[in-house]
Amino acid sequence: MASNEGGEVAVSFFRDRFGMDDRSLTRALDAALEREVDYADLYFEYTVQDSVALEEGIVKSGSRHLEQGVGVRTQVAERQGYAHSDEVTVENLELAAATARAISESPSQANAVAVRGTGANAKNLYPVQTAPTEVPVSEKVELLEAIEVYARGRDSRVKQVMASVVTQHQNILIAGSDGSLSADVRPLVRLNVQVVAEGAEGRREIGYQGMGGRYDFSRLLETATWRELVDESVRVALLSLDAKACPAGTMDVVLGPGWPGILLHEAIGHGLEGDFNRKKTSAFTDRIGERVASEGVTVVDDGTLAERRGSLNVDDEGTPTQRTVLIEDGILCGYLQDRLNARLMGMKPTGNGRRESYAHIPMPRMTNTFMLAGNDDPAEILRSVQSGIYAVSFGGGQVDITSGKFVFSVSEAYEIENGKIGAPLKGATLIGNGPDVLTRVSRIGADLELDWGVGTCGKEGQSVPVGVGLPTIRLDGITVGGTAR
Amino acid sequence: MSVGTSSATVERAIERARRAGATAVDAVLIESDSVEARVRAAEIDFVTQARERVLGIRALVAGEHGARSASTSTSDLSPEAVDKMAEETVALARATAADPSAGLPDEAFASEIPDLALFDPADRDVDVEMRIQDARAAEAAARGADPRIDNSEGSQIGSSFSHVAYGNSAGFFGEYGTAAHSLLSEPVAKSGAGLQRDYWYTVARRLSDLESPESVGRQAAERVLRRLGAKRIATCEAPVIFDPVTAPSLLGHLISCVNGYSVYRQTSYLAGKIGESIAASSMTVIDDGTRPGGLGSKPFDGEGLQTRRTVVVDRGRLSSYLLDSYSARKLGMQSTGNATRGAGSPPSAGSTNLWLEPGRQSLDEIIASTQRGLLVTELIGMGFNPVTGDYSRGAAGLWIEGGEVVGPVEELTIAGNLAEMLMEIDAIGSDILWRGSIASPSVRISKMMIAGE
Repeated sequence: MASNEGGEVAVSFFRDRFGMDDRSLTRALDAALEREVDYADLYFEYTVQDSVALEEGIVKSGSRHLEQGVGVRTQVAERQGYAHSDEVTVENLELAAATARAISESPSQANAVAVRGTGANAKNLYPVQTAPTEVPVSEKVELLEAIEVYARGRDSRVKQVMASVVTQHQNILIAGSDGSLSADVRPLVRLNVQVVAEGAEGRREIGYQGMGGRYDFSRLLETATWRELVDESVRVALLSLDAKACPAGTMDVVLGPGWPGILLHEAIGHGLEGDFNRKKTSAFTDRIGERVASEGVTVVDDGTLAERRGSLNVDDEGTPTQRTVLIEDGILCGYLQDRLNARLMGMKPTGNGRRESYAHIPMPRMTNTFMLAGNDDPAEILRSVQSGIYAVSFGGGQVDITSGKFVFSVSEAYEIENGKIGAPLKGATLIGNGPDVLTRVSRIGADLELDWGVGTCGKEGQSVPVGVGLPTIRLDGITVGGTAR
Repeated sequence: MSVGTSSATVERAIERARRAGATAVDAVLIESDSVEARVRAAEIDFVTQARERVLGIRALVAGEHGARSASTSTSDLSPEAVDKMAEETVALARATAADPSAGLPDEAFASEIPDLALFDPADRDVDVEMRIQDARAAEAAARGADPRIDNSEGSQIGSSFSHVAYGNSAGFFGEYGTAAHSLLSEPVAKSGAGLQRDYWYTVARRLSDLESPESVGRQAAERVLRRLGAKRIATCEAPVIFDPVTAPSLLGHLISCVNGYSVYRQTSYLAGKIGESIAASSMTVIDDGTRPGGLGSKPFDGEGLQTRRTVVVDRGRLSSYLLDSYSARKLGMQSTGNATRGAGSPPSAGSTNLWLEPGRQSLDEIIASTQRGLLVTELIGMGFNPVTGDYSRGAAGLWIEGGEVVGPVEELTIAGNLAEMLMEIDAIGSDILWRGSIASPSVRISKMMIAGE
């Protein structure tokens, strides 16, 4: 039963293009196993990425990138050996295997279990009609030109429009020394719109909105879809023209639904990644079973949502993705694991072993991380705040996993006075302590939203696409960094 | 990585793109060998070795209203793949719009390729095991410094050797080799329930220029220990000192605002401000791509132009932007030889080695002359807006009372506007730290808003 053509297509792709049949894969793994190792795997990647960008009214440039390569990894206890090369040949593979196995001192007679499998996955979360990188460039150019005209027509204060389309098509194949064979074909599309608006006295502000996911490019061509995106970036730029400096100090904060879920990603998610907890360098180390959030707070990481930017059929070690509950009703209950850290901690992999490309070692990473909806009416939550700020959208964030301190920059916010939304604010940064911040949640809205599909997470120099989500929530007593008293 | 092969691949790409109809072409081939390893406690955490090669091609098709252009890259360097990519580049260029400013530089290409001491051939013979010994020594020095350090994220080494070959259809071809070696140590310390981490690293073109492993481990230990027991402080306005580790981030923000692309797009608050006073008169900022052994040095830039020394801020006045030929043409200026070029992207503008000229005071003297304020030793978050200069970031550091450090503080934000912050610099240290391509001594800003409890 072929339930995922993607995986099978990738298996035949690497076999036909590079001669990587079951026998070659097994032979390379045998070479890796000439020393005593616990596990070895091969990761093949062939990725095409293209982009088209518009500025000053014209599509000035197009680009296309082809990235291919293979990584050979061995694991011995806590040690990992890794060698990668952009030359995908059987000879090169055995050379890489010899490099990777050098972390082990003991020779071995063991052979890999013969690799076999069709690459079929239990699910296909992102079937597409056409690989997004095969869509004619002219369609992408026309979309950007239409966006430019529409954005300028929205308001005379719009002075600059920059828009871009980025599409990616990734084929991967993973063979393990336990005989496992996994494969996947992963489409990814993204549309970005940034406008610069100019107001009184030459004041300039930027508005940005992007969207994307693992779906057909044609979805982005729907007029209502891209217009909503443009409307959003124009709205934010114009709004910022009237924004006043954000106050500094500790105050009650209401986070809007969707993208503000980046709070969970920074404050909670990274600290629950298996590697930091195995090494006991996370602020959440040894806290499973403890209360780390208010009652009613449930946070999950879910790589199985159809078409989402952070979703995967299988992770980059071939483990099927799943929904992992991190915090249930306020109690810490799970970590995000790759194979190595799961084995060393006596736990199960959770399908979170991810890597940027064949040139990187996998590590535990998030997929789509969000808080489940509560029962409160969002309007009622806003009305409950005497004095504070309402943060609707964010730029980026960062966390110090060991101390737990996190920060993120607000890109759209308003003051709240006596339960009413007031003037827009600019230049706000929220800062807090990961293990503490969710104990400050006092209200949870019924309006869970996921973000628009634009998240990218960086860890140890590796970037991977992720998603976040949040219902409207109220946080009591958060430090807000601004310039005003 | 023989020289002949690099030039043959670059020339093949240029030739094929021309044959497919390009009126101008340039191509860059970047080849690198690298090794990285991390040691944690007494155990190796990982060892990785890699060989990578990537070819970037840019094709321009000139017409009545300007040139159409596209850029591609491929890590498949078989002749068939190179030919196909060259042809696809031209086809993609034809799908874009004509841009009157697009093209190869009008300026004269580099006439010589100086030896800037960007690698030491002897370092190629150094065994990975020897470098791993360095990581072990740094790890031992960090972990042995104090009983409160009983854990770490590990100590990591890296060595990479690269070869860059660039050519264009105007007849320029140049190539050079570079290397980068590094050693980082990141200990974790504990006191009561509080965990802290910090790090120290050294990076250089030549192994012999690295700090000793013991020094790296010891400095990492000192930095993490002084963070233990960090408190929060009440929201206030006070002077803020950036140490030589955090001060380069301010120069990074300045770079994003003097980058030619931000300037012509008017997405920089410094657009149109050449000749104006934009910083305290004590501030002089220089970019110099020819600094021997510099981590940002290159004998020619990403378009084949000679790199040079450019004064960006001269005693407080903005004297130059950082420009490649495209942004220069858009602004009616000349390229400053600051084109950057990765294989995967068209040329853009960027800094080479950029630094703030040191002053005379030591950091201790600056602290002693601060009645009450913050010494920032770590910054997190991305709260800088180049269009407006608005600045707000998370910070940790040491609190100063009566000219003396009284203890560590954390979970605060510092906020201001870069335009005002640069004008309000009232002390510049003598302690410039070269550890990357952007370097700065300590800097004090007379007042910023600090948000805490």
